[in-house]
Amino acid sequence: MSMTLLNSITVFVLAVFIGIEIISKVPTMLHTPLMSGTNAIHGIVLVGAMLIAGSADSDLEKALAFVAVVFATINVVGGFLVTDRMLEMFKRKPSKPESE
Amino acid sequence: MTPLLALSQTAINFTYLVAAVLLIVGIRRLSSPPTARSGNWIAAVGMGIAIFFTFLDPDITSYWLIFAGMAVGTVIGVVSARRVKMTAMPQMVALFNGVGGGAAALIAAAEFHRIAPDPGHLSGDSIGAMLFSALIGSISFSGSLIAFGKLQEVLPGRPITFAGQQLVNALLFAALLALGVAAGASEQGMWMVLLLLGALLFGVMLVLPIGGADMPVVISLLNAFTGLAAASAGFVLENTALIIGGTLVGASGTLLTVLMGRAMNRSIANVLFGAFGAAPAGGQAVAASTDGKSYREVTADDAAVMLAYAQRVVVVPGYGLAVAQAQHAVRELAGLLEARGVDVKYAIHPVAGRMPGHMNVLLAEAQVPYPQLYDMDDINPEFPRTDVALVIGANDVTNPAARDNPESPLYGMPILNVDQAANVVILKRSMSPGFAGIDNDLFYEGNSAMLFGDAKSSVEKLVAAVKAA
Repeated sequence: MSMTLLNSITVFVLAVFIGIEIISKVPTMLHTPLMSGTNAIHGIVLVGAMLIAGSADSDLEKALAFVAVVFATINVVGGFLVTDRMLEMFKRKPSKPESE
Repeated sequence: MTPLLALSQTAINFTYLVAAVLLIVGIRRLSSPPTARSGNWIAAVGMGIAIFFTFLDPDITSYWLIFAGMAVGTVIGVVSARRVKMTAMPQMVALFNGVGGGAAALIAAAEFHRIAPDPGHLSGDSIGAMLFSALIGSISFSGSLIAFGKLQEVLPGRPITFAGQQLVNALLFAALLALGVAAGASEQGMWMVLLLLGALLFGVMLVLPIGGADMPVVISLLNAFTGLAAASAGFVLENTALIIGGTLVGASGTLLTVLMGRAMNRSIANVLFGAFGAAPAGGQAVAASTDGKSYREVTADDAAVMLAYAQRVVVVPGYGLAVAQAQHAVRELAGLLEARGVDVKYAIHPVAGRMPGHMNVLLAEAQVPYPQLYDMDDINPEFPRTDVALVIGANDVTNPAARDNPESPLYGMPILNVDQAANVVILKRSMSPGFAGIDNDLFYEGNSAMLFGDAKSSVEKLVAAVKAA
């Protein structure tokens, strides 16, 4: 096993613990926004798609990388915006007078 | 094109550390209502930092492909996120999740292709991660599309099953493992293509037999899958940002999935392989036994009088409310009742709707105050003291068979004990069974009355009738 792999595994294991720790305290009402928010976060895969797209040689590789960038960008942009839309509703607004 | 401004790998990794901290702080802030919105943006800033500094990676020599892809993706992402209705949110999350998984699989495929012409160059360290990313990413992609289809009702929501299904799936999975070994050992592109196609098929087969009622759990599980696929793509590319971001989602998504399963008193294995709601033998017997039972119908005017002169009313919202977009009408009805001195509360079952918290999101959209929303455990003791329980488009989560009838497929799932209220008014389109496909004993109880019609128009009729009362 290489040192790089060991480092990666270390980071992975620590991230598992952090992922579990920070989630366990979320109230049920925020589960949907949370799922949506973490959904946006795995859009980090865009970084990988960029690295592939920026160094692609063959046409096939370029095609695959292009689709990967499109997909991952949808994941990131759509994910964060949709989460924000949901959370906007949770914002405590000054109760409007019942105008009728 | 020459690199814009190449940073050293060390400098880029440092920015990834900053990004990772922001992602973690972001998720943590998402866990509390007052800080949730800022948490989302903090995570987004972390993501932005990781993306921006990746542009300065010395390995990136060509930019047009990236810019073009990001432009297309941004347009699609912004438009779909803006257009989607709040009720269609679960499908949207499923789609965003699917494309993320697809991206991870494509990265693995492209990286495999890059190395494939020179067999022997794949290190044992990265090949496993590459195959895992291709496998899990593809399963998440096709599985999410099927989940989308079921929720959008493009596909039937009921489980689609056939004889020997689990054997077929087990064989398919074994074949995938064999393909993975073949691809890893031979480093031939053909095996990788077969692996990707097989994994796509497996994703479809995995989600098809799962009923619509279980889709929240499935989406959550696929969310965790995509996270792991992204993390393993990080192992392939030796990229810390991917490993941390993907793993955070993988871990938290798995925990969330378990919590949701626990709320339904069912294991994840049961959700995945139980073909829940496929009218199993026991279910049919139960359904048959309710034939010949009678139910009582009530007019909107009568129901309105019941509500207007009640002291305590508990509203039980379900998916029917979401479909009919009745949340604003419900808020108006509650306002009218409160003005008459009626105590109005909302009972939120953990799995009401199609995602955990689905009802909270909808009611928040209609500006229903938080303190009126009660979790299952808090509201259940209230039902015996409640005059009217108003069930709006909720079904399986109110079925007393889950509590009383060991023969029922629902048996053991915690429910809202609405049948203990003095009166139960059920707003429903017809007598058809709920998403799980199981008849609801509640409808035949003596204190139950059915108000048929679309949830929104029924509630609007109630509003008009309460005003007149």
